[in-house]
Amino acid sequence: MDGVVQLQKQLVDYIASLFHEGFLDEQFNQLQQLQDESNPDFVVEVVSLFFEDSERLLNELAKALEQKTIDFRKVDAHVHQFKGSSSSIGAHRVQKVCIAFRNYCEEQNVEGCLKCLQQVKHEYSLVRNKLETLFQLEKQIIAAGGSLPAT
Amino acid sequence: MENGFSSPRNDSFPAGLRVLVVDDDPTWLKILEKMLKKCSYEVTTCGLARDALNLLRERKDGYDIVISDVNMPDMDGFKLLEHVGLEMDLPVIMMSVDGETGRVMKGVQHGACDYLLKPIRMKELRNIWQHVFRKKILEIRDIEGHESFEGIQISRNGSDLSDDGHMFCGEDMTSVKKRKDFDNKHDEKDFGDHSSAKKHRVVWSVDLHQKFVKAVNQIGFDKVGPKKILDLMNVPWLTRENVASHLQKYRLYLSRLQKESDLKASFGGIKHSDMHLKDPAGSFGLQSSINTNQNDVANEHMPDTKKTLNADNPDPQETSSQMSFDHSFASLGSEVNYEAFDCRIWSEAPKIELKREHKPLLQLEDGFSQLPPCAPEHHVKIDKLHPVPSVTSGLSLTARDVSGPIKNEPLYAEYQSNRVSHVSPKKCESFPVQSKSHMVVNHQSYESVSTAISSMKPQGFNLSCITDFDYSQRNLKASDSTLAPFNETACLLQGDFHNKYFGLPNIEFTGCNDPSFLAEIPVHWHDTLTSDYECPLDPTEYSIFDQGLFIA
Repeated sequence: MDGVVQLQKQLVDYIASLFHEGFLDEQFNQLQQLQDESNPDFVVEVVSLFFEDSERLLNELAKALEQKTIDFRKVDAHVHQFKGSSSSIGAHRVQKVCIAFRNYCEEQNVEGCLKCLQQVKHEYSLVRNKLETLFQLEKQIIAAGGSLPAT
Repeated sequence: MENGFSSPRNDSFPAGLRVLVVDDDPTWLKILEKMLKKCSYEVTTCGLARDALNLLRERKDGYDIVISDVNMPDMDGFKLLEHVGLEMDLPVIMMSVDGETGRVMKGVQHGACDYLLKPIRMKELRNIWQHVFRKKILEIRDIEGHESFEGIQISRNGSDLSDDGHMFCGEDMTSVKKRKDFDNKHDEKDFGDHSSAKKHRVVWSVDLHQKFVKAVNQIGFDKVGPKKILDLMNVPWLTRENVASHLQKYRLYLSRLQKESDLKASFGGIKHSDMHLKDPAGSFGLQSSINTNQNDVANEHMPDTKKTLNADNPDPQETSSQMSFDHSFASLGSEVNYEAFDCRIWSEAPKIELKREHKPLLQLEDGFSQLPPCAPEHHVKIDKLHPVPSVTSGLSLTARDVSGPIKNEPLYAEYQSNRVSHVSPKKCESFPVQSKSHMVVNHQSYESVSTAISSMKPQGFNLSCITDFDYSQRNLKASDSTLAPFNETACLLQGDFHNKYFGLPNIEFTGCNDPSFLAEIPVHWHDTLTSDYECPLDPTEYSIFDQGLFIA
């Protein structure tokens, strides 16, 4: 039991730190609140969808920026999409990079766009790791017979 | 057809509200579905706009409200919005992660009843039922009331809108909501009483729509009213409210077409003045600068009053300018909200347009700046116009578009003519016949406009418009003999007139009713033009114009 309590505390602290460091925002809370008995894995499912979609978008972005003549409208469209989906789970830092990214697209600044692509990839992998760690923690707690802390 | 509100669901309304969510983002789709389910709504999700339309068409009365993302790969969210509005007449809520004012404005213009910014909170979704409810209320009112009702409604809308002056800027969705909520509360009782009498949702098939368009053209836009259209259409199962809301959508649709053709014409938007000169039609409605308009007008008229308006393209231009003008006016009317323009009322016939068509506002702005009627405001407006090139350009485009597409689009032409006729009740019918009727219409519109404008107050414009129109009609008749020459120039002038208007804040519209009005006008115009505006027109031009205008 002690172990579970420890894990639960760890989880709470971990989530708090993610918010504090800006990885997640209020939207993530919303997701947690949507989770209920009829949908006990709601957050995991949504986040998984996000991961899938993001991989696809990042690939598209990389491809679009590799072209000889870059179609900035296309790039912008992808970034816009990415911005939208990152906002869905509250991936705050990813969203912020997307905003800067879009500005570069508007200016048709290739270098700026490439830089942003790197940045957004970086932020995405960061938040992805964080969330995966979080889910691991949750699994551990459940496996140990504990319940997830209420959000 | 099943009426959602008369079903058992009604008891627990808004629970069970049937929502169709359209979003290409799978993550959001899942989240929204969950959120809506938590609100006890019945949710259907769709990843593609095309699929959504199919679903809607298959189950005609199967949904109460549609929520759609703005950016979708297969179809622009605004297009979907229009289709849903025209075909199914359902309330549509737009969503986007992009909250730029321009986008929100566009959404509103296209008829969205709300525009949500992502990330969306559940509390925002909880209240979407109000849009469905409100719509029902309005439809019920349509059944009950007729023009008078609409007039009242419009005035109410007008007052509300003027209160929410900034709504147009897209920053005031909440105030709009509040207003609507307020309306809803008042109507709740009615709603309950009439829910069983609620009309079935009508699907506007191509045939039906054609009948509608034909009827609208026949009646003439200035006179158009749901009842008249309904009578003409002769479709037994169709109700007045069906027609009323469809009319609203139709107007939106036409204004969008206008805008698109504007863009195609590559006006560039901001500097309309240049464009106007080249494309009198477009410039007519576009405000870019009053001077430009005036110049255009003057130029057009200069050579020969008899000549069709636009040196290059007399008829088309006239029509287009007229159209654009009308269009802009029309849009203006719909956007009662536009605080600056009293004239707005003028363009759009009373109704509902006021409430919903935000898009026209922009157009109105442009158009209005040109309208003289609101003399004091007029000046103000004009000033405002300049600093907002982006806005005006957008608007101008519409006006321009009008001229462009008008010719090509029979619907649009009808729309245009409708608008014109809107102003001049009498000759509207002839509007589609560009040359002659156009002229006549112009003439009338001119008068109607002036009378309408002069007598218009933001709220009561509908009513006064109607009466003014009648009045001007009569006046026109009185001065019929003098109309012949005038008519010809009228067409040309229409744009000019409007343009002139801008410069002539003091135009005594009340004088319009006076048969000698026409005779007086040139004088007035001339005076006001020179005195009040940096009148781009030369005195010589102006006198030519005068000649054209001067019937007596």
